[in-house]
Amino acid sequence: MPTFFERRELVIPGDLLAEGEYTAGENTYMEDKKIYASRIGVIEYTDKKVSVVALRAFYIPRIGDTVIGTVTDVGFSGWTVDINAPYLAMLRASDVLNRPFKPQRNELSTVLSVGDLVIAKIVAYDRAHNPQLTVGEPGLGRITRGQTVKVTPTKIPRIIGRKGSMISMIKQETGCHITLGHNGVILITGKKLEDEQLAVMAIHKIEEESHTSGLTDRITQMIKKSQPKTKKKEES
Amino acid sequence: MSQKSEKLINKKGLRLDGRKPDQLRPTKIEVGILANADGSAYIQQGKNKILAAVYGPKEAHPKHLALSDRTRLRCRYHMAPFSVQERKSPAPSRREIELSKVIREALEPSIFLEYYPRTSIDVFVEVLQADGGTRCASITVASLALADAGVPMRDLVAACAAGKVDGTIALDLMDTEDKMGSADVPIALMPNLNAITLLQMDGILSLEEFENAVNLALEGCMKIHALQKEALKAKYVNVKEVAEE
Repeated sequence: MPTFFERRELVIPGDLLAEGEYTAGENTYMEDKKIYASRIGVIEYTDKKVSVVALRAFYIPRIGDTVIGTVTDVGFSGWTVDINAPYLAMLRASDVLNRPFKPQRNELSTVLSVGDLVIAKIVAYDRAHNPQLTVGEPGLGRITRGQTVKVTPTKIPRIIGRKGSMISMIKQETGCHITLGHNGVILITGKKLEDEQLAVMAIHKIEEESHTSGLTDRITQMIKKSQPKTKKKEES
Repeated sequence: MSQKSEKLINKKGLRLDGRKPDQLRPTKIEVGILANADGSAYIQQGKNKILAAVYGPKEAHPKHLALSDRTRLRCRYHMAPFSVQERKSPAPSRREIELSKVIREALEPSIFLEYYPRTSIDVFVEVLQADGGTRCASITVASLALADAGVPMRDLVAACAAGKVDGTIALDLMDTEDKMGSADVPIALMPNLNAITLLQMDGILSLEEFENAVNLALEGCMKIHALQKEALKAKYVNVKEVAEE
């Protein structure tokens, strides 16, 4: 039962990864007891499981995920939300308004209108039905300030880092509040525009170089290097 | 025909562009060159210049086209008006509609369509310059664009043609050889699974010649696959080298 690649090696769709007593993890598939990659990414082994951490993928909804989406349509009994996935999500009016409402009066657009950004949680989703959202938890709801960045959803874990090392470092160094959506949309709110821009820059750098080693150190360096400039601006 | 075809392969056994019968045209592939598409790729194979872009998977539009158990794959093969000697009308011709279908059917077995029901994936293939064998080159780039978009795939699809020119079986025919020659056999292959997804023949070949042509085309597919692999990895290897110095 051999394996054909080293840990963290780059693989592409169709590459034969392992043969025999292994199980197929994420972004792989099994045929005739052989495991192949189904996406481009770096290979990982955990015990007997072979998986690929994809470098390019799109977001597929999962129940319990926090996502950041844009309202694209106001309907009679709820809103349609684009959550950066192949499926449009529904946010029901009864979930947002904690009181009875009359669809005839069309009051929904006063609560959320087209173009509004929301942080929401996925409460229901399966192959046959589009995802359903809720905003009825602390920290969820309409976004009023800050800016959003889009990254490949598979890179969210890399931005979080080992035990949150990367994200807490960025938060600390830039002084911004950062909310990560599992769908690859990130909300950054800081006291100053410069702080926000610095965080955006750092996140873009992580996305580009997510498959390289020693990244946390390089990001720290980058932030520290560009910070004196912003501080000088304050003084002048 | 005999007079014309004598010129296709000279006394030294070389073809019009100086290639040996079993040689591919010089091929260059690049992945991820369009910013606005979810995935993209570009190929130059001899004088062929082809661009492929992929959007999706996304909510199927119009809605009645959505399939309840799998993704709908849509393909458009289009030749630019300036891709051939005489201006080609930009409206889709009979040939382009047929090739769109052929390319779609060659790609379909390589994609896990059943993963994302009710969605659609759009593949656009734009031929900027054509010089024979565009259907094969189109399949080769379209497959790379799909991989670049992060669509889960069983394998890449590599395609190559072989044919009969001047009574000799030759690989990767260009336009003149295709038109003056006597047969053309395009093949698309999923190399790691050893599965053929496209096999066509235009012209007349004996059984033995057909077998030789198929084997030669399969060899060509393997060579194309090696180039595909290199191109797909190059996008990420370059970043890594620059970052780690």
